[in-house]
Amino acid sequence: MKNHSIDVKALKRAPTPSQNADVCLQVENLSLHYLRSQNVALHDVSLEIPRQRVTAFIGPSGCGKSSLLRCFNRMNDLIEGSIISGHVWLDGEDVYARGVDVATLRRRVGMVFQSPNPFPKSIYENVAFGLRIQGLNKKRVLDELIERALRSAALWDEVKDRLNENALVLSGGQQQRLVIARAIAVEPEVLLLDEPASSLDPISTLRIEELIYELKTRYTIVIVTHNMQQAARVSDMTAFMNLGRLVEFGETDTLFTNPRQSQTEDYITGRYG
Amino acid sequence: MQGDQHKQHISGQFNAELDAMKNHLLEMGGLVEQQLSRAMASLLLRDSGQAEVVVRADRQINEMELQIDEECSRILARRQPAASDLRLVLAVAKSTTDLERIGDEATRIAKQATKLSELPPSAGGALELRKISNHVASMLREALDSFARLDVSKAIDVVLDDGAVDVEYDAAMSSLVRLMKRDPESISSVVHEMWALRGLERVGDHATNIAEQVIYLVLGRDVRHMKPGELQSLLKSKES
Repeated sequence: MKNHSIDVKALKRAPTPSQNADVCLQVENLSLHYLRSQNVALHDVSLEIPRQRVTAFIGPSGCGKSSLLRCFNRMNDLIEGSIISGHVWLDGEDVYARGVDVATLRRRVGMVFQSPNPFPKSIYENVAFGLRIQGLNKKRVLDELIERALRSAALWDEVKDRLNENALVLSGGQQQRLVIARAIAVEPEVLLLDEPASSLDPISTLRIEELIYELKTRYTIVIVTHNMQQAARVSDMTAFMNLGRLVEFGETDTLFTNPRQSQTEDYITGRYG
Repeated sequence: MQGDQHKQHISGQFNAELDAMKNHLLEMGGLVEQQLSRAMASLLLRDSGQAEVVVRADRQINEMELQIDEECSRILARRQPAASDLRLVLAVAKSTTDLERIGDEATRIAKQATKLSELPPSAGGALELRKISNHVASMLREALDSFARLDVSKAIDVVLDDGAVDVEYDAAMSSLVRLMKRDPESISSVVHEMWALRGLERVGDHATNIAEQVIYLVLGRDVRHMKPGELQSLLKSKES
């Protein structure tokens, strides 16, 4: 009988997604372990990422910021021996629920990495890639969607006359904007940016930052950056992480002028270490 | 975050720049205190020689203002300070302006002393002037001390004290007006004393501004335009 009894207290404690429509991604008690390295990457992290705003994750190397980012589109699934507990909800839907189609999830949650990684194809085909996977092959429709994505990524004027050239001839900054165009061509809800400007020169970096500012009117953006000034410039909300824990999460304006936690203060003022 | 002010940055050079900037502000504060004290002595003793020293020394204060402002700009541009470091740079930049204005008020008082020295002696408002002068000089000293020690309780006391100066100023003005009515002969000298009185009241306001910057620096709270009741609650919460 005992085995079948219902624990009412546990039911009351059962986590539920937020009803707040302004919350896009909700993380609750998320922990991540890597079995192979015996490493605990994330410890009981909880936070709510607001819709159509830019949220930055900052913290020293190995603090878990990229690991947390990769939980949002289940990129950690690709790492053998990673064990995850807790919850991640996207628009109230559990990202780790059984039956979730990971390909669909990754279409909804696009990702751009540190080094620009265009395919060795034409500029046009790079942006068309995700659209073709979705079954879109009509040239007229593709032309329109590709132009829209390239315009949104502030790249159209620079490449409109050479769409059939190989994407690898573009500069690093242009390649990164092309990868962003590729990510937004399929109209995701969330854009994850993992150190998107760390390999770029200052001018290309500013272009990416300007692009982030424009894109947030349509997408929820989460950016991981080592560059604190970049986080201060581009984000509305900032999360400071250390040793796999979320130390402080709040409005960027407040966090960079009057942080609540002394650990955050030490890190952003360069007293860390 | 009060204690963190004293922790060292990874960059020793950055530490040195912040320390130098703050020390220059306190040095300027010391000079301004001296100017105010000399200006008041020249006024009460009607000593034009001492007044002349004050007027000449104002240039040094103006130069210090430019130097500290430049240090603040350089740190903002090169270091992009955040949190308590950012608040320190902002507080120093704003307090420098207040100190420079106090220097201007001291010069103005000294100029009134020069004019008074040319007039025949009269029974004026020396008592009122001495009282307010001591009061605002003490506020300035406490404000600068609270900056040096990052003592937020002391800074709140200074801000709360400004109301008392305003009351003393109103009483002193009324007293001088009565004196002018009673003794019209004294008008020419009392007018200069009224200007000096006005200058002292402004010194109290500038000392209050500096104390408000200390509160912002330590607590991250902007208390300008806050009502005395709210400030008292802040002081209580700080003490408890």
